[in-house]
Order: sequence, then C-alpha cells, then structure tokens
Amino acid sequence: MPQSTDATRLGINRTGLQMSPQHAKEMLQTEDLLDDESSGAQSSPGDEQALALARQEYIAAADPLGSIPAPATLKGAAKTAAKMLTGRRSQVFIDKLAERLAFERGGARLYDAVCAKAIAPSGDLNKINVDELLEIRDAEARHALMVKECMETLGADPTAQTPCADLAGVESMGLLQAASDPRTTLAQSLHAALAAELIDNEGWDGLIVLARDMGQENMARRFEQALKEEREHLTKVRRWYTQLSKEMSELM
Amino acid sequence: MTLSLFEDRGTPLNQQRFTWRELAGKPISKLDDDAFSRVRVILMNGIESEALRFSHAAARFNLELRRPLAEIRRVEQHQATMVNWLLGADHSPLETTIGYEQVAIEVTAALAQNEPDPYLAQVYRFGLLEDFDHMYRYSALLDRLEGKDSNNILQSYTDVLPGRPTVVEHRSPENDLRRPFDRNTAAPLTKLNALTLTAAEHQTHDYYMNIGPLFADPVARQLYAEIASIEEQHVTQYESLLDPSQSLLENWLMHEAMEAYTYYSCLQQEANPRLKSLWERMLNYELGHFHLVSGLFQKHERRDPQEIVGERLPEPIKFESQREFVRATLASEVDLRAKGADIVGLEEEPQESIDYRNHMNSQGSPSETVAAGYVWRPGTEVLSRAHIRAA
Repeated sequence: MPQSTDATRLGINRTGLQMSPQHAKEMLQTEDLLDDESSGAQSSPGDEQALALARQEYIAAADPLGSIPAPATLKGAAKTAAKMLTGRRSQVFIDKLAERLAFERGGARLYDAVCAKAIAPSGDLNKINVDELLEIRDAEARHALMVKECMETLGADPTAQTPCADLAGVESMGLLQAASDPRTTLAQSLHAALAAELIDNEGWDGLIVLARDMGQENMARRFEQALKEEREHLTKVRRWYTQLSKEMSELM
Repeated sequence: MTLSLFEDRGTPLNQQRFTWRELAGKPISKLDDDAFSRVRVILMNGIESEALRFSHAAARFNLELRRPLAEIRRVEQHQATMVNWLLGADHSPLETTIGYEQVAIEVTAALAQNEPDPYLAQVYRFGLLEDFDHMYRYSALLDRLEGKDSNNILQSYTDVLPGRPTVVEHRSPENDLRRPFDRNTAAPLTKLNALTLTAAEHQTHDYYMNIGPLFADPVARQLYAEIASIEEQHVTQYESLLDPSQSLLENWLMHEAMEAYTYYSCLQQEANPRLKSLWERMLNYELGHFHLVSGLFQKHERRDPQEIVGERLPEPIKFESQREFVRATLASEVDLRAKGADIVGLEEEPQESIDYRNHMNSQGSPSETVAAGYVWRPGTEVLSRAHIRAA
C-alpha cells in the first residue's frame, strides 16, 4: 500500500494542460478550427438540450427496474404483524427494508476492504484502532441480520433483491471500487466509508418513520438502536478521516 | 538496424510461463503515465485478442495443427491478460473508450504514413477520419454524462474535433469491402499494417459490444450501439484488405510476425521501465512463437518463411502525436465516401448506402444528439461561462 503522503506527493501528473504547453496550445486551437470552414471540422447545431430531450423520450417509455415480491406465505410469520401489512404502502416498506438489508450487508464488505488498509503497514501515520473498525464491520452485519429477521416477521422474503435493494448496490459500486483498490490509502478508503455512513444514517432515519407509519413500533425501536450505533460510526469514521488528513498535511 | 526475425530465436515455448500474480500485476497510473503507454497497452491487448481469435478459427479448419495452435494459444491468452490488466480500475469504461479511440487515431495515422501501397494508405486515411469523429462524440458524452474532460486521458496529444460525421459513416455492407493486397507482391510492411489495424478495430468493436449495456443512460447506450456498428464496418473494411489466398500457415506466420513487430515497436519507445521490461519479455515470447511457426511452415509448405515476412522487421510504428497529419487529412478528405472498393467523392456515393443509413437514422441519430453544438473546452463545457446560468 502506498504511504498516505505518497498519495498526495508532487509528481508528473500528465492529465492537465499545463503539463505540455506546446501540445496544449495546439489543443486550444479547437474553436478556431471549428470556425474555419477549410479545416473540414464541422459541428452540428444545437446544444446539450438534444441529449436532455432524448432522455425524456426514454423516461416516458421506460419499464421499472422490477417488482417487489408479494409475501409468498404467511406461515410462520406473526400473523398480526402480517395482517397489518396490506396495500401499496406495505410494498414500499418491504422494498426499503430490503434496501437496508442490502446496504448493511454491502457495508460489512466495504469495511472488510477498509480493514485491509488499516492492518497493512503504512509507516507514516499513527494507526487507527483496528478493533474499533472491526466492531463497526460487525455492527453492519448485525444490522443486516436484524433487518432479515424483521422481514421474516412480516412474511417477506429476505433473499429477494427488490428494486431499492438493487439500486443500493448500483449506488455504492463506486465506494467499493475506491476502498478495494490496493493503490488507495487508508484515508482515501475511509472517505468512501464516510460517504457510506452518511447514506446509512439517512436510510435508518427514513426507515424508522416508515415503520411507525406501518404501526410496527417494535421494529421502529430496534431501528432506533441501529441508528444510534450508526451515528457513532459516523462520528468515529469522520474523526479518523479528519485525523489522518491532518497528520498527512503536517507530514508534507 | 531493425530487429532480425530469424537471428534472435526468443524464449522457447516451454519456458514461457506465468503465475496468476503476474497476470494481475500492478496497473499503469492513469494520472502519471504517458498517454502513449496506455495507447500501447490497449493496442497490444488488441493484437493478442486477434491472436486468440485467429488461432481458434484456424483450429476449426486443420486437425494436424490443433495441438501447436493450442499450445501457443495458451500463452497468447496469458499475454493478453497480463497486458489488458495493466489498465487501472480508476478508468471509467467511458474513459477507457477515449483511450481506445486515441489508439485508433494515432496508430492508424502512423500506419497511413508508413504504408507503401497508396491504395491501402488511402483506406487507412478514410478509416482514420471516422475514428477521429468517434473521439469527438465520446468526448461529448464523457463531458455531458460524467462531467469529465477527455483531455485528461488524451494529454493534449490528440485533437477533439468532428471528423467525417458518424451519422454519415453508415454504409451498406458491399461498400465496406476493399480490394485485398496481393500476397505475392505486397511488401511485408503492407501485410503487417493491415493485420495490425484489423486487430485493433476488432477489439474496439468487442469492447463497445461488452460495455455498451453497462451504461444506464439511454443516449450512451444508443451511442455505443451506433459506434459499435461502425467498428464492425471497420473490421469488415480492414479484414477485406487481407489476401484471402494466403494459406492458413502463411496467415499464422504473419500473425506471429505482426505480434513481434508491434511488441518491438512498443519496446523501442516505452519510457516506463516496468512496461519496457514487460514489452521485452513479450517480444521474446513472440519470437519463440515465430520460430516455432516458421518450422511448421517450412515442414508443411516447403517454402522459405523469409519470402513471406522479409528478413528484418520494418521500422517501428511511431507512437507519437500525429496531429498535423490528421488535420491535413481532415481538411482534404473529410467529404470522401466509399463506392464498392473505391474511395470516391461525396456525389458518387451509392444510393444503397444512403438508403441504409437513412433508415438507421430515421428515429434519431445518437451521435448527433450527444454532440449537438459540442465544442471541446478545457475542463469541460460545464465550466464555460456560456453554460452557467446567471444566479
């Protein structure tokens, strides 16, 4: 793993215009060439609205990502709880439960990647407490298990991937890519975890409101406990990230 | 003095080995490595993919050669992996696409200038202006979808300007077939060039076909569908330059020579020491393949391989900005069209091609939609004052 200071070192980054003044000067002739008919380069009329309109056409004709599975059987489920879960709002609730389950499960794996950075020798920075990091990882897994149990209580299938669960994966794809890349530092990986915690906190907030709307007071209370833990995660991750960034700037 | 294909015997096949760790080695830096290092990585993946493609096709037509084909193919598979895995995961699929088009532009332009046969050179310039336009369309998509500047990938080596508009590149199939070179009279360099471009375009086609459906945005999905179709036309075009009367073994020998030639070109110009040693190792592997196939060629065809490939490799492919050549070609040849095997003026384009593309474009043109009014500006058009609404 690169040392955190390595990741912010000065070097021959070649992506910007200033790196190659002569070539950059030629690149900047673009507008003149477009204005000069003899250049052969001719752009079409219009602007980015053309793309926006095409998007509207597709949005109007699009099918949804998929559906939320109806609870297959109420056998074994707490019938009273299940009885209350009828109508469209209950589907939304199941979809959001499945989203939380997917996110917490993915969160545990995101922290696996962050832990790998934390235990790798980094040399230049004070280590963060790996045990605390592992505790966060386990808490995410416990939350996933808790949501699974809640879904079972309602007769919903916790093994199904609902539309919002699917999207949780799409949304967090970049975070996992950032944390699992061996070239990124612990601080850079924690930045991805910080983004995940912010999303997670919002997610539990919304789920608590929804559970109360559905009359699931017991669930709401369990979710409140999860949110309390997530707030602690957010505080810790933010503190670690800030601390590493500060140490990094002091070392530069 | 360039490399002699027959003096240096390279690494014997039984010593060409890999580990999984080697195959998935350290990637290049998208930010710090020279854009031409990425150009070489992408090109060589294309060359190795062609080696695999050819070898599988050949195995279907010849029982006796199946074993040596399989043995060499296993190494080519791992060479392809080792090379392709050099691309870092911080490239979005669209950023990698910009890299692919930079390969198409810079390599085609370099080959068009060193090609001794004027007809093939003209065909290369014809294809060049189409790939040049793809770069412009994809740059517009990168800016308008991801808010990124394609010049971060191009590093100012390659212009972002419209070429022959993609919307008019769609032709009926008979107008994508060109006249093949004559295996008896063509210079070895002509054969190498045609194979190199066939390989490069084929992998570009396959890449777009694989990543097109990964995009959520409908216009991106459309644009990849449209440009993949042109890449298929380009494969048809470049492939049709190859003399179909070459025997299977002659073809195989040329493939191995082409692989050696392209690795040799990479080795000559690579500044990154880690990549340089990789190109050297791959060149030695290819020389090993070449000698093995030369032996098979002599045994089965009782001919001298030197008659086919010449004694020495030609001067290396120049991996450098071809901006002036591209601009000059754009100014003089953007309006050319294809009529059968000939490259003709605008007014001579066959009606079949026009009818075909009128239908394809009848529900809208993705390449026009995505790039309507697009002008490349440093740091994306988002930062241009005209695109920021007053508060």
